[in-house]
Amino acid sequence: MKLNLKVWRQNNANAAGKLVDYTVDGLNPDMSFLEMVDVLNDHLVKKGEEPVAFDHDCREGICGMCSMYIDGRAHGPQHAATTCQLYLRSFKDGDTVHVEPWRSRAFPIVKDLVTDRSAFDRIIAAGGFISVNTGQARDANNLPVDKHDAEKAMDAAACIGCGACVAACPNGAAMLFVSAKISQLALLPQGQPERDLRALRMVEQMDAEGFGNCSNIGACEAECPKEIKLTNIARMNRDFLAASVGSETE
Amino acid sequence: MALDSKIPEGKLQEKWEEYKEHAKLVNPANKRKVEVIVVGTGLAGASAAATLAELGYKVKAFCFQDSPRRAHSIAAQGGINSAKNYKNDGDSVYRLFYDTIKGGDFRAREANVYRLAQVSTDIIDQCTAQGVPFAREYGGLLDNRSFGGAQVSRTFYARGQTGQQLLLGAYQALERQIGLGNVQMYSRHEMVDVVIIDGKARGIIARNLITGKLERYFGHAVVLASGGYGNVFYLSTNAMGSNVTAAWKAHKKGAYFANPCYTQIHPTCIPVSGDYQSKLTLMSESLRNDGRVWVPKTREDAKAIREGKKRAEDIKEEDRDYYLERKYPSFGNLCPRDIASRAAKEACDDGRGIVPSGFGVFLDFADAIKRLGIDTVKARYGELFPMYQNITNEDPLKTPMKIYPAVHYTMGGLWVDYELMTSIQGLYCLGEANFSDHGANRLGASALMQGLADGYFVLPYTIGNYLSAEIFTKAIPTDHPAFEEAAKAADERMKKLLSINGKQTVEDIHRKLGKIMWEYCGMARNAEGLTKARKLIQELREEFWKDVKVTGDQNDFNPELDKAGRVADFLELGELMVIDALNRNESCGGHFREEYQEQGEAKRDDANYLYVAAWEFKGVGADPELHKEDLKYENIKLQVRSYK
Repeated sequence: MKLNLKVWRQNNANAAGKLVDYTVDGLNPDMSFLEMVDVLNDHLVKKGEEPVAFDHDCREGICGMCSMYIDGRAHGPQHAATTCQLYLRSFKDGDTVHVEPWRSRAFPIVKDLVTDRSAFDRIIAAGGFISVNTGQARDANNLPVDKHDAEKAMDAAACIGCGACVAACPNGAAMLFVSAKISQLALLPQGQPERDLRALRMVEQMDAEGFGNCSNIGACEAECPKEIKLTNIARMNRDFLAASVGSETE
Repeated sequence: MALDSKIPEGKLQEKWEEYKEHAKLVNPANKRKVEVIVVGTGLAGASAAATLAELGYKVKAFCFQDSPRRAHSIAAQGGINSAKNYKNDGDSVYRLFYDTIKGGDFRAREANVYRLAQVSTDIIDQCTAQGVPFAREYGGLLDNRSFGGAQVSRTFYARGQTGQQLLLGAYQALERQIGLGNVQMYSRHEMVDVVIIDGKARGIIARNLITGKLERYFGHAVVLASGGYGNVFYLSTNAMGSNVTAAWKAHKKGAYFANPCYTQIHPTCIPVSGDYQSKLTLMSESLRNDGRVWVPKTREDAKAIREGKKRAEDIKEEDRDYYLERKYPSFGNLCPRDIASRAAKEACDDGRGIVPSGFGVFLDFADAIKRLGIDTVKARYGELFPMYQNITNEDPLKTPMKIYPAVHYTMGGLWVDYELMTSIQGLYCLGEANFSDHGANRLGASALMQGLADGYFVLPYTIGNYLSAEIFTKAIPTDHPAFEEAAKAADERMKKLLSINGKQTVEDIHRKLGKIMWEYCGMARNAEGLTKARKLIQELREEFWKDVKVTGDQNDFNPELDKAGRVADFLELGELMVIDALNRNESCGGHFREEYQEQGEAKRDDANYLYVAAWEFKGVGADPELHKEDLKYENIKLQVRSYK
């Protein structure tokens, strides 16, 4: 199996980038997309050229590090899968495939396909937690949680922080990511004391990082490898509004 | 140096309480003046960094990934053990302690393991309070499941993503402290050396992976929580970036490396399918709760399946060998990992493997689906079935999974005492990177427990006992000769790697190393093979330093150079693993020497090997010096480990 790649190469955040053509032959449909890039890089290194820089780590779809924009789609053509879980059987022999980094103002390029997603960390640091120091907890079963709420919280908590939602959104909005964390904690009784403050602070930080606004397009949900739902954004908006109106901290 | 494990006197049940009551404290005003470096942000590192910051210490945390949330703890699927006894099925701190010691084949320290079992209950409380969405029953209380090596249900879980949820809990606690200004976070930084001044760990040299520059950081103490070294085998379930570098640099600076040969081969992974493969994917051990492991009784049937002439469904019930149920009737499919893995190897070596390579067995859910219904089975294993199907293109609800053992976890690591301090003063080691709690084999759902125990509940107490004497130590400027020297050595090494300009890629050599390790130091080992392996590794190391090709520049984002440094360290560690395996003339847990077995079962030699082998570095290629820490069993009687 053979693929013709057009890969985005860019030396650093300030350099100009361009698409470079590569052909990779001798592939097997059972290979993962990233293993195909490994093969390409092996050829490049042997020729003395610099390999394509890309983020990846666990290669089992959970760490959230891999992040390729393939043929105009975050994580490529397969539904509900990260780039590392994309296999070549999703392509046809001889296909031309475009590979680009996440495209968003809030995710500056580090090199080639690698971007800086530290804005996500700063949003969590602003309020994406429950303030409980080690040793302060009561017995876990002293606080029953409705099973359905727990399941919904888990659905939201499944977010891997990869940033596909931002990359897919024409506005570069991070609302799916932010709302997943706000929802997880808002659905649990443990999260209630800081609920208002959390929504206010996380949204404030999200705006400060330069992410865009939501205009209900739904590309984020469609491209999310963990199928995080748009309803989380609705919940976040309710919480944010309630907190803004009712808050005395304004 | 004599090994002093610093295990407190007194009764087993009282040691930890006794220790905590008498450990020295640092007052809040002084904590602000004390700086602690934490390397690694997995369960152990993130929980330690967050907790130390909550206590008031000034923390600098480092990870090589782009965010602390990506550490490989995130990939743990099945669950976390805790002696809560919420199920009222006879569990207790003692029983968790006992199961862990026995599971580790009587090669772990009693006092450490007992403490681990004690604090296991606090972990569940802490994580729940943080908002970790553990699975619940309809009454709203926490649910449990059973796991290998135990006869009680003590495993807490969050679907098949327990590690992710626990890590995000610790990560959020860490981010909270970053937001408060108590932790300075350095992502995309890799520790390339530890700095020792007057016998004490006083800082690190880290490579900024974006700029490529070497940076120097001072700390009154240094904590390594840098994970395991399974990637020495090239193919493993570890993340691509998982490496031994931080621990290995500490070893070369004087920290003893303990029991490096204890390697856990996990029984339920997706079999190897081709040469291009970059990693192996684990299927959670929790699948063995409902899945039944089998191969055909005859080689003919197995061959027909391998050649695609027959399917699993074509093999009649009476022609199937459910070998774990046959050999270990009381634990059946839930026997510990090392035993399940060896049994799979045995069946495949007997010619009854069921994948084209010959190395694979079935894990069958047909009975569970009949018993529980397809929806229950699907709900129980949420993410796992689609993940398997995506990788293999087969639906485990319709046809059995195909699995084979793969390298998963390393029980060995830097030697630490009861306080988790290595043999270097002020240098601590937590989580998978240390050797302490799992003996020769780790039970399922115990890694998450140990990582969080070390970070949340052990180190925050023990480090104070050391730092209380450091409150008058002023921050040492990083132009101190020890920093200069370490930075210069790191710089020269990188220059050397870039200058070789040979013919083989780093991957080529890493793959060769993996083959040597898997063949001679994998699931079954013998003296002849190990002796040969040591020579092969030495030769390969020479080849690496003569013929490796590393592209790019030093002062740039250069993942090839990062990888080259890691593989160079694996090439030294591999030799130590082989030396340790050769020294240990017995079989125990994850270390199986073919010469020492009885009817196919591991044969321990307690008379001669009831000790921790802690190795002191004496130079690359030179024989390391062995220090023995004798293991004393005062509460549990040594016995042959049986799951029959």
